[in-house]
Amino acid sequence: MGYLDFSGILSRSDLFVHGALLTLILSASALVLGTMLGMVGAAMRRSRSRILSGIAMGYVELIRNTPFLVQIYIVYFGLPAVGLRISEMAAAVLSLTLYAGAYLTEIIRAGIDTVGKGQREAALALGLRPHQVFRHVVLVPALSAIYPALTSQFVLIMLASSVVSAISVPELTGVANDIQGQTFRSLEAYLVVAALYLGLTAVFKTAFGAVDRSLFTFRAAER
Amino acid sequence: MFQTFGLNHVGFLLQSTTWTLLLSAIALVGGAVGGALIALMRISGNRWVDGIARVYIYVLQGTPLLVTLFIVYFGIAGLGFDLPALAAAAIGFTLYSGAFLGEIWRGAVQSVGRGQWEGAFALGLGWWRTMQKIVVPQAVRVALPPTVGFCVQLVKNTALASIVGFIELTRAGQIVSSATFQPLQVYLCVAAIYFAICSTLAYASRRLEQRLATTPA
Repeated sequence: MGYLDFSGILSRSDLFVHGALLTLILSASALVLGTMLGMVGAAMRRSRSRILSGIAMGYVELIRNTPFLVQIYIVYFGLPAVGLRISEMAAAVLSLTLYAGAYLTEIIRAGIDTVGKGQREAALALGLRPHQVFRHVVLVPALSAIYPALTSQFVLIMLASSVVSAISVPELTGVANDIQGQTFRSLEAYLVVAALYLGLTAVFKTAFGAVDRSLFTFRAAER
Repeated sequence: MFQTFGLNHVGFLLQSTTWTLLLSAIALVGGAVGGALIALMRISGNRWVDGIARVYIYVLQGTPLLVTLFIVYFGIAGLGFDLPALAAAAIGFTLYSGAFLGEIWRGAVQSVGRGQWEGAFALGLGWWRTMQKIVVPQAVRVALPPTVGFCVQLVKNTALASIVGFIELTRAGQIVSSATFQPLQVYLCVAAIYFAICSTLAYASRRLEQRLATTPA
């Protein structure tokens, strides 16, 4: 027997596929829910109310300056202690959403800053209500401006989602944890998982890049 | 039967914070050496040397840090070495921070204009002297704020070392949590300690950015 033996690992390849699917589901739902949260957060940060913008700022700072693992523990072990029972999956989605929401708040806020003040004033002068201005004049152009940051955030969320294996969610890293317990080929299990993450990263970077380039020609033609 | 979460536990958590800081410091020093090497390889101009550095960065940034830590941990164990958890974690975090610092520093070095190099060569300075006396002093101003910002990531990410069995702040939190059965209080306290360290570093990074941006070169 050599140093590496993948036979036991590869016979369980269906588990890796399930794990990868769960990783993708977790990342996608965190991106969608986190983007919604980020929109609310960005709107709050920009609101004239000091309390609202203070809450949003506090949220962003708290999430960005504490480890994701500790956030997961607070959600998964802390919430039941105050009477909120929560499954591993729900805890994983909730903590990933809270985590992604903070970074997305900053990304979306930066996107909004790219929309000039004059455009907002013009829209207001044309009689649009403030929420209409936010939706049509600020949000949609800003979203197209932040597309690259948004997509690279998706890859970061996907990599961060590996940490939810710590509360035994059977996503890609969790699958490796299980398989190494069954086969004792720990190194092999994690090497396979690392290759899968790398493959997913490469696929998404390429796909997002292709979409981005087609969007940019569209924008260039528009100008 | 159960202990109540109290000051002695907070003391234990603060004590374990030194291990978090020690691991971060080792990873920063190790990563600085690795990062400098990666940055030099990236700007070497040699296709192969540059390619190796690119692949290294791509792999380290394209896989989760947790998986990197597991690979280092089990890879070393499989080779028959019985390393303490701190050493395994230190190696894993050094590899990780080398990739990130390498990219930060490459960007900083490349931000120094071509004219600076040409001017130095025209004055008869060699490549190494130019790097040392002309380029690095200017690159440091660009590199310092994001480097301090990366330290925030590093301190936060050392929490993952708890999963491979190293007793630092987060692992200490788990220990206290199972002794007291008060996970919410314990983990909030753990989070508060991380927050104190990381927000200070983040503030320092922002201040440095402002100061270095406004003072004339």
